[in-house]
Amino acid sequence: MNVIVCVKQIPDPAQVGSLDPTDNTLKREGKLILDESDSYGVEMALQLVDTAGGGEVGLVSMAPNDEMSGLRTALAMGAAKAVLVSDAELAGSDALTTAKVLAAAASRLGDIDLIIAGTESSDGYTGTVPEQIAEVLGLPSITFAKSVAIDGGTLRVNRQTEAGYDEVTCPLPAVVSVTAGVVEPRYPSFKGIMAAKSKPVEKVTATDLGVTPVGWAGAGQQIVEVAAAPEREAGEIVEDDGDAHLKIVEFLDKLKVI
Amino acid sequence: MALSTIWVFAQGADGAPTTATLELLTKAGTLADHVTAFVAGPADDIAAAVGEHGATKVYATGDLDGHLPGVAVAAAMQAVIDGGDTPDLVMFPQNYEGRDTMSRLSVKLDRTVLTNNTDIAVDGDSVTVTTPIFGGTQLVTTTFTGERPYLVAFRPKSFAAEPSGGAAPEVVAAPVPDLGATGGAKVQAVHVEEHSGPKLDEASIVVSGGRGLGEAGKYEMIEQLAKALKGAPGASRAIVDAGWVPYSYQVGQTGKVVKPTVYIAAGISGATQHMVGMKGSKNIVAINKDKEAPIFGVADLGIVGDVNKVLPKLIEALQRR
Repeated sequence: MNVIVCVKQIPDPAQVGSLDPTDNTLKREGKLILDESDSYGVEMALQLVDTAGGGEVGLVSMAPNDEMSGLRTALAMGAAKAVLVSDAELAGSDALTTAKVLAAAASRLGDIDLIIAGTESSDGYTGTVPEQIAEVLGLPSITFAKSVAIDGGTLRVNRQTEAGYDEVTCPLPAVVSVTAGVVEPRYPSFKGIMAAKSKPVEKVTATDLGVTPVGWAGAGQQIVEVAAAPEREAGEIVEDDGDAHLKIVEFLDKLKVI
Repeated sequence: MALSTIWVFAQGADGAPTTATLELLTKAGTLADHVTAFVAGPADDIAAAVGEHGATKVYATGDLDGHLPGVAVAAAMQAVIDGGDTPDLVMFPQNYEGRDTMSRLSVKLDRTVLTNNTDIAVDGDSVTVTTPIFGGTQLVTTTFTGERPYLVAFRPKSFAAEPSGGAAPEVVAAPVPDLGATGGAKVQAVHVEEHSGPKLDEASIVVSGGRGLGEAGKYEMIEQLAKALKGAPGASRAIVDAGWVPYSYQVGQTGKVVKPTVYIAAGISGATQHMVGMKGSKNIVAINKDKEAPIFGVADLGIVGDVNKVLPKLIEALQRR
């Protein structure tokens, strides 16, 4: 059972994001971390390989400046190897180009039974890449998985819907996108962190993968303006002195909703 | 107005078009000469209503035979395009099926996708869309530069749904072609989580709880308060991820977008991800013990206090009325 996890290395979401004033891309300088949304996929992959009793977890990631700290976190959790696509030409790439790059990178890791991705990244949240990867590779897919199991060669997924969930089955190989909370991601152990330092990470460029054009040239879109949104004005703030609930009742009363 | 034809990804539920479908059709009617509803599934019971909202033509895939809609509808769309009917723009709702369909179609047609939008403008040949970023504090305007058709997804409630009194549209079958290996996923069973009271995204009052409640058992207060106000209970992503309540309760960027008359946020700090889903509410009440919490920046009435003290008194006061 060989599982590939698509992982994104993003700026720390606890920091306020900003755009590069020259080209309006999200600033991704400094240390990047493993997107929390992807830690669920890594954990899920490790559990599936463990249950299958053999195989390994490979990672694919696309990042500027050879950034690897987020990848190392996923390797420290237990993934075996990684392909990092890092290429200055990739700046400004759209979701479709990202999917083409990640699909080509995944294909370098040998036979694939399953590709796992988060439903959307925490920084760009386009939310289309997993399904685009499936189409690029000609694979079936199940998006928005809230539970994943493998039974023989069949993937069994409870897929989130507007009204509840669907039970969906699918033959392998396949692509699945997992929602946050699908499993509890493990913390890397000290041993895992040490071991991660010597795990193989292959660095390639988009050209190595044969994916062109990339970056702005391949994007089919152009940002024309970034402007501040109209602010919502803050209203009255009161400290609770034991009677603050009456303030709320009064407020609702004035709106004639009670 | 320079667009000739817009397709709108359309879905029905319980015999009527979804609200998202009607919102997009209404907007499409202001942008193009011809609006076509591309229905994921049979169109019999929704054709009249999509016609009233501006669609003059309907493509319907018919029963999806257990396939997930994304892969099936995208293949049906490509078949129609290959047959010679190409739209200038395809509008999708930013939901599960809309997202999957546009993703598959983008690869088939080799076109970019622009998602999470809240507005669109057409000026001559240029089509620009607007996306709020950083929790809605900034608006990014982006224009398509490649070949048509352009693929774009809009967040729910970006546009108002208004009937324009159109006639019954022409309905044309757009069957799903053989999907080969890509069609391997099949729905075996459908589970519906029952809700009492109004739907979260349609309720005029929404009461949401977050981490500040302290523990899962305290969420009952949110349900009691929602019931006392004849509203719907909601939740922050934090407590959904923690497993306190099902995902269908989640308000935010990855959950439901709500715009009720009154939104009450109890024990919610106001992370970007949450604010995106509720900032459009007409009136916002926030209760949080941290007076620096970002939620107070958008609240019309902010109570700095412990939700576990304020809520029981509030529920009792409302029940006494």
